[in-house]
Amino acid sequence: MASTPASTSASAFEYAPAPESRSVVDIAPSYGLFIDGEFTEAADGRVFKTVSPATEEVLSEIAQAGEADVDLAVAAARRAFGTWSALPGSERAKYLFRIARIIQERSRELAVLETLDNGKPIKETRDADLPLVAAHFFYYAGWADKLDHAGFGANPRPLGVAGQVIPWNFPLLMLAWKIAPALATGNTVVLKPAETTPLSALFFADICRQAGLPKGVVNILPGYGDTGAALVGHPDVNKVAFTGSTAVGKAIARQVAGTRKKVTLELGGKGANIVFDDAPIDQAVEGIVSGIFFNQGQVCCAGSRLLVQESIQDELLDSLKRRLATLRLGDPLDKNTDIGAINSAEQLSRITTLVEQGEAEGAERWSPACELPSAGYWFAPTLFTNVTQAHTIARDEIFGPVLSVLTFRTPDEAVAKANNSQYGLSAGIWTEKGSRILAVANKLRAGVVWSNTFNKFDPTSPFGGYKESGFGREGGRHGLEAYLDV
Amino acid sequence: MSEKPKNTEKPKNTEKAEQQRLSVFKTYKLYVGGKFPRSESGRVYEVTDTKGEWLANAPLSSRKDARDAVVAARKAFGGWSGATAYNRGQVLYRVAEMLEGRRDQFVREVAEAEGLSPSKKSDTVKAAAIVDAAIDRWVWYAGWTDKIAQVVGGGNPVAGPYFNLSTPEPTGVVTVLAPQDSPFLGLVSVIAPVIATGNTVIVIASEKSPLPALSLGEVLATSDVPGGVVNILSGRTAEIAAPLAAHQDVNAIDLAGADDVLAKELEVAAADNLKRVVRPQAVDYSVTPGLERLTAFLETKTVWHPTGALGASGSSY
Repeated sequence: MASTPASTSASAFEYAPAPESRSVVDIAPSYGLFIDGEFTEAADGRVFKTVSPATEEVLSEIAQAGEADVDLAVAAARRAFGTWSALPGSERAKYLFRIARIIQERSRELAVLETLDNGKPIKETRDADLPLVAAHFFYYAGWADKLDHAGFGANPRPLGVAGQVIPWNFPLLMLAWKIAPALATGNTVVLKPAETTPLSALFFADICRQAGLPKGVVNILPGYGDTGAALVGHPDVNKVAFTGSTAVGKAIARQVAGTRKKVTLELGGKGANIVFDDAPIDQAVEGIVSGIFFNQGQVCCAGSRLLVQESIQDELLDSLKRRLATLRLGDPLDKNTDIGAINSAEQLSRITTLVEQGEAEGAERWSPACELPSAGYWFAPTLFTNVTQAHTIARDEIFGPVLSVLTFRTPDEAVAKANNSQYGLSAGIWTEKGSRILAVANKLRAGVVWSNTFNKFDPTSPFGGYKESGFGREGGRHGLEAYLDV
Repeated sequence: MSEKPKNTEKPKNTEKAEQQRLSVFKTYKLYVGGKFPRSESGRVYEVTDTKGEWLANAPLSSRKDARDAVVAARKAFGGWSGATAYNRGQVLYRVAEMLEGRRDQFVREVAEAEGLSPSKKSDTVKAAAIVDAAIDRWVWYAGWTDKIAQVVGGGNPVAGPYFNLSTPEPTGVVTVLAPQDSPFLGLVSVIAPVIATGNTVIVIASEKSPLPALSLGEVLATSDVPGGVVNILSGRTAEIAAPLAAHQDVNAIDLAGADDVLAKELEVAAADNLKRVVRPQAVDYSVTPGLERLTAFLETKTVWHPTGALGASGSSY
């Protein structure tokens, strides 16, 4: 499929296709579960297929873990826990450093794999996901032998077996966020990747083998929601970590009630991106674009609510629309592609339904001229104006390339509107005035506030939400706490 | 005057026949929004000492009282969380000061609540030790208000032309089920950390021994603690806790005073808006607490900003 320039005006320069080669990755026709250091079939023999969302091509057939497999994996992790947690931290650190290095060595392969399985542009997997994945393992590797100095007292203890359930939007990055701190602190892991993106986790299992990681320390169980529920509910799991939707997060919070399991939840968001009249407009436009169109908007901390000061609304929107017209949607493996495929047919229909609801409720929809490929799951970058706080598209997380634009007059109004949400994960502030940045950042009820930038991540920095965006923090020193008995 | 004020009151409700003067009983009331309302329900229940002797009638709070308390706590949250940590520290210290002045009253109430005899020397010493520990706990937490951000916050050395700072912030309105068996020291130990960090709180007093909690309300009202920052309810713990655990405007719940069955039920209800939950656990309230109860009710906010350069060396990005 050729990448499709989405510009309305005739482009001065056409882009030649610049596809990344698929040949760097070798996808087997089928994969098993990774339990106790071995790939095995599911106990009941069930399998499911994973497809490329850009082409609907079947990439591989994956064993689907059931309750019996969860039992086996948790038992393997329990057996491994004794020796793993007893290792000197400096030894655990070396395993994690090995993993980080192998990820760097294989990063091109993994980037292509992730793009194939997820549908996100290669430029994002190559330049954002993979470098961050390696960085997370490097960062937590260094903590493994310094836990006494992490501020949780001398000799903080690991919790035991961690049951981890991750989403499909950043499959390998979310794996890194979960597994790196868990292993550094001496826990063992059973991880369930999302059913639409299991491949990079299974490749990671191979990296664990290359790194010589002891058997059972990491176990990977692809499957659907029922697999995740069995894992979360398993009586021998000591720690539950989940990233995903708020609805599922609430179900997990209910499921673990009355147990001693420690829980962290990274859930949905409806990030407000606030642009004041003194903002650097061009930079703000770039920030708005990366805020909502990065990874097709399938980002929990996406800046999906744009709050523009009324006096610059027209100027900003003109500029934003001009910029959106230059976004290139198409083959995710093309290095020039900005907008890739939506991860699944199911997600596409969810986005479509919410966008239709936005129109039905009276908001004004706009997209640049944009040809969508005939195969695969695609959604054009979309912008809604005339949006009020009562509109569904201003309240519900859409998890797609859809931006709702609201306006405000005063900083107080901006803060009030930004905070008028069940969520509290991320926010953005655009202004040249330093005191305003600090004043507004102080008042925003959100776990991450980006000022004059957006969607920046780093392993040293705690990430996590207020309110119904979940509890606990991942990243940084804070991220250790979730895996320690403190 | 440096003289310590002498307590001239007689022990309440325990006068013997030989006493000539009839003592004045106190009508115990709730403490909500800085005021002392009776329960909206108009109900009371009998509070007895451990021997079953009547001590007083305490308000039997209703669901409406609980909801009123949430409104008061939410209203107070902006001001209290926005106050400087230095200011909050002084307010907490002021509570200790006011308690110290009422030490004898609380020794008596704690003795009654914990089944200690006012006539037995060793029991009085025990009750006094509990009150002293509770006063000292306010002092301990008073000192934490402006240090916790330095201990659990931080600046993060990101690999890129940005700086970011992580700072703790209060999570919001917190419901606390006070410990059932430590009606004063345990009570203080679960309230002080919540408000030290800028949260506001709704406390459900120990069901069988609510009187020290209700008297603490009188101290708080005269301690510069803004109205609504601490709200104290008495009554049936399970009955009051249920609507609070399900309340959409409560951000966290401390289940210290719940048994396992109630705790599970409330934790399930709390999941509905993803309240932060502190599960019941065995706590020795007589020892200096760790940071767990301070950090349990904090969020971490990480604020990023570009620097335009990679470091102090001046090399541009």
